Amino acid sequence: MDFVANHILSVVLFTPLVGALLLLFVPRENENAHRIAGNVFGVLGFLVSLPLIRWWHPGASKFSFEENVAWIPSIGARYHLGIDGISLLLVLLTTFLGMIAILSSWSAIHQRTKEYYILLLLLQTGMIGVFMALDFFLFYVFWEVMLVPMYFLIGVWGSDRRLYAAIKFFLYTLAGSVVMLLGILALYFYAPLPAGATRTFDVPTLLAGAQTFSDPLKVWLFWAFFFAFAIKVPMFPFHTWLPDAHTEAPTAGSVILAGVLLKMGTYGFIRFSLPLLPTDTALRSRIISIVIFLSLVGIVYGALVCLMQKDMKRLIAYSSVSHLGFCTLGIFALTPNGLSGSVLQQINHGISTGALFLIVGVLYERRHTRMISDFGGLATPMPNFAAIYLIISLSSLGMPLLNGFIGEFTILQGAFQVSKAWAAWGVLGVILGAAYLLWLYQRVMFGPVTQPANEHLPDLNLRELATLVPLVFLAFWIGIYPKPFFALIEKPVENIVRQVNPNFYPAERAKLPVPELPSAAAETK
Amino acid sequence: MHIPILSALMNYFQGDGRVILPEIELTLFGLGILLIDFTLGVKERYLNAGLALLGTLFSAYTVWKLRIPVDADGSLLGFHDSVVVDPFFLFFAALFLAATVLVVLLSVKYLEIEEEQEGEYYALLLFACVGMMFMASGIDLIVMFLGLETMALSFYVLTGFLRREKRSNEAALKYVLLGAFSSGILAYGFSLLYGLSASTNIVRISAMLGRRSAFISAILHSPQPATAQFNPFLLQLLPVLAFVLIAVGLFFKVAAVPFHQWAPDVYEGAPTPVTVYVSVASKTASFALLLRLFLVVFGATQVNWMYLVAGIAVASLTWGNLAALTQTNVKRLLAYSSISHVGYILLGLVAGNDTARTGIAFYLFAYVFMTAGAFAVLIVLRQKGLIGEELEDLNGLYQRSPAAAVLLLIFMLSLSGIPPTAGFMGKYFIFLSLIETKHPVLAVFAVLYIVPALYYYFRIVVHAWLKQPGEAPRIAMSSAQAVALGVALFVTLAAGLYPEPFTRLAHYALTFGP
Repeated sequence: MDFVANHILSVVLFTPLVGALLLLFVPRENENAHRIAGNVFGVLGFLVSLPLIRWWHPGASKFSFEENVAWIPSIGARYHLGIDGISLLLVLLTTFLGMIAILSSWSAIHQRTKEYYILLLLLQTGMIGVFMALDFFLFYVFWEVMLVPMYFLIGVWGSDRRLYAAIKFFLYTLAGSVVMLLGILALYFYAPLPAGATRTFDVPTLLAGAQTFSDPLKVWLFWAFFFAFAIKVPMFPFHTWLPDAHTEAPTAGSVILAGVLLKMGTYGFIRFSLPLLPTDTALRSRIISIVIFLSLVGIVYGALVCLMQKDMKRLIAYSSVSHLGFCTLGIFALTPNGLSGSVLQQINHGISTGALFLIVGVLYERRHTRMISDFGGLATPMPNFAAIYLIISLSSLGMPLLNGFIGEFTILQGAFQVSKAWAAWGVLGVILGAAYLLWLYQRVMFGPVTQPANEHLPDLNLRELATLVPLVFLAFWIGIYPKPFFALIEKPVENIVRQVNPNFYPAERAKLPVPELPSAAAETK
Repeated sequence: MHIPILSALMNYFQGDGRVILPEIELTLFGLGILLIDFTLGVKERYLNAGLALLGTLFSAYTVWKLRIPVDADGSLLGFHDSVVVDPFFLFFAALFLAATVLVVLLSVKYLEIEEEQEGEYYALLLFACVGMMFMASGIDLIVMFLGLETMALSFYVLTGFLRREKRSNEAALKYVLLGAFSSGILAYGFSLLYGLSASTNIVRISAMLGRRSAFISAILHSPQPATAQFNPFLLQLLPVLAFVLIAVGLFFKVAAVPFHQWAPDVYEGAPTPVTVYVSVASKTASFALLLRLFLVVFGATQVNWMYLVAGIAVASLTWGNLAALTQTNVKRLLAYSSISHVGYILLGLVAGNDTARTGIAFYLFAYVFMTAGAFAVLIVLRQKGLIGEELEDLNGLYQRSPAAAVLLLIFMLSLSGIPPTAGFMGKYFIFLSLIETKHPVLAVFAVLYIVPALYYYFRIVVHAWLKQPGEAPRIAMSSAQAVALGVALFVTLAAGLYPEPFTRLAHYALTFGP
């Protein structure tokens, strides 16, 4: 037990991989065995991540559960894992959504089931690794490794234009990550070395070392990393891979893509990009304004494009562009509210958009079409489905008492502290979000049943309920009582803000009324 | 008991003989194959392969043993300082022997299908290997040139080994003509070097060139007597001309753009195991020659020739990657891809620092195994009645042979440089060295070319994994092929997942003897 406790991150990281390796030995013909094994390891992967919450020290300001072993001593790469509150939430989101995505594929996948589950589990390990790695080399390995299973998930089990979408996804992301590789190497090379020390890829060390860099170098590094993360998120001009990949991927693939993969970009922004912001105020505010501008364009543009989609999945895909725009807006507002709202919104987006893709998957399995015009009046044959779908739509558009509201509100609050105009554009995105999601709901669910084929669609079965209800539950939980979530990210967010925006806290304190301490009062007199 | 001839032999192998013992063994085995081949029936010809393997193993053992005196003394010299055994030689000799073993393993079944199971084939493989080893161990221009020609002549014959096939003949002729042409250019460069330094020993040449340039700059900067009978421009030009000629000759051999035109045709026409040998071993051997010449003879003037090499490297990357995008024949595609790999290795030469040297050695090492692996999958595909070289022939490989498809995927990932594979580590060192030596623009070029490379490598993967198989037969893998594939796979993955020992080996490799 001690061993597990000391290596809990490794256990969480490699449980899916073990599942994938075991699946290799299951005979090819036995489809049900693949399903069962896949689901067992999906659930197991989630269960082993639960002790992370139990053993978590709420006050921990640095990384917890660290593991640090030499890997390639001659270049200074180490197997270094560790998580803070932000990565804890993202790891839990990954294991949770991974379990749900695996469960959702039970009846959707009928060919090459063995490979399907192996790839999903491999993907799971890759994603968890990205959130845990505290060594740039290790981080890069996970970051790249994860592309391969995703490529195959889209390319083998996707719909009609799957080959195009799969390679587009791979090439776009790769273009970003090779530039990031250069950034990592430059960071590795230019980081100051204490006398006698060997070079290292250690994330905290290198980022601390980066503080001594000259501003031009920091700017170059910032853009190198930005390029990779902006493609992954995706931010406005780099988003064109996303609608294709999300639309063509199988349901589980879309859930993972939207729920987890995009968060790797925002996570990268928080963890690596923010410390690389230059110290010079003019330079910094120019960078910030570019990034914020792209975020705001993304929010509004994504929402507007959603309004004219004919394909449900494509609509939800574009809604991700809009929602992720909120996340980057929150991050680069550089205020505690913006950042913690952004982290929470990432979780919310994983829950809501993941659920929306599951909902489209439910319809697709029944009718084999995703066109909005093929549906209409589904509320009559599928009442339970209608209820869940409504809750999820409301959660995604930011209805109070549901999770989306908390995230968006906090982000807007954070943005408002910096600039009212940013918040105003953000609010426009919220309004448009309500418009496209409700309009979609109306066209699909309300009114008379327009197509005879839809008259007797079966309602949700038990398995589908099992995938959707936990998400609905989480949506309510975060919406009603988000405190435990905020508590987790409070410390790391505070650390980041102190580091990248050192003037924030003194300025905020100056705005408060002077506390009436007896000694202070005496002095003023 | 004292037998004069025996003790003379013993003395010989204590001295000069020791430094060329691995080559002697290979030669003897090659000759042995030629003799024994007469006594074998048609059905027993595959035994030649066993003999060839035995020869490489003996030679490999000797190379392994030579490590001890090398570690003790730094290097062993022989034949009046014309042959050296140093870490550089040990590394490359081991690499050539490994490549030879892989090629022999891959050849047996292939030749049976082609009905060309001949002893000469294996003997020629061994002779080519001898030539390559001399290319790595020679520090005398004559020895280097003889090594190069021994290798090249064997390859010309091997390329045309499928006598009845037109493509094979065409490829051989093309290879002979262009190969002879490039050897000529190289020899001209060598002759200029000899003229400049009155020596064929590269260490002495290097020293002479240094003294010469110091002397010339001294007289150029001092007042000239009116009677001086020389043209200073010409004096400075000669070493440059020698370098350019040697570089062009070697760029031909490693198939760098714009001297690459022979490569796709030869790769396509040659029997596939020979393609492996040409692309893997001949390229590595030519690089061994190139590295020793560039770093020992011209090492001091790196800042001057760096730009030439950088231009060639970028041209190779660009043209190799772009031309590969449209190929439909896998062998041609891999030919262009190997041209782009040359570009990466040359970039390491541009950087030229310690990391870059490690990177070059690591890259060549990774290149040997991942390229051999990729071609090996094609060789496995070759069945009676199926050539298996077109992209279409790979369709549905996954259904026909899952293991082959997985292997192909891993080799493609490694070739394109996705971690955790050997190919990524090779690129990692090259990129890092470019950053260390302040060549950010080249570094950006180099990394961005990974993207088109991935595209064409994944065209192969798409055909193998995502297309439906047609009428194509299932794949039967012979055990020799399985061993070769297993070795290639092991190295490709091990050098990616746990690169530490391989990094040390690569670091050790580029240490020159004297």
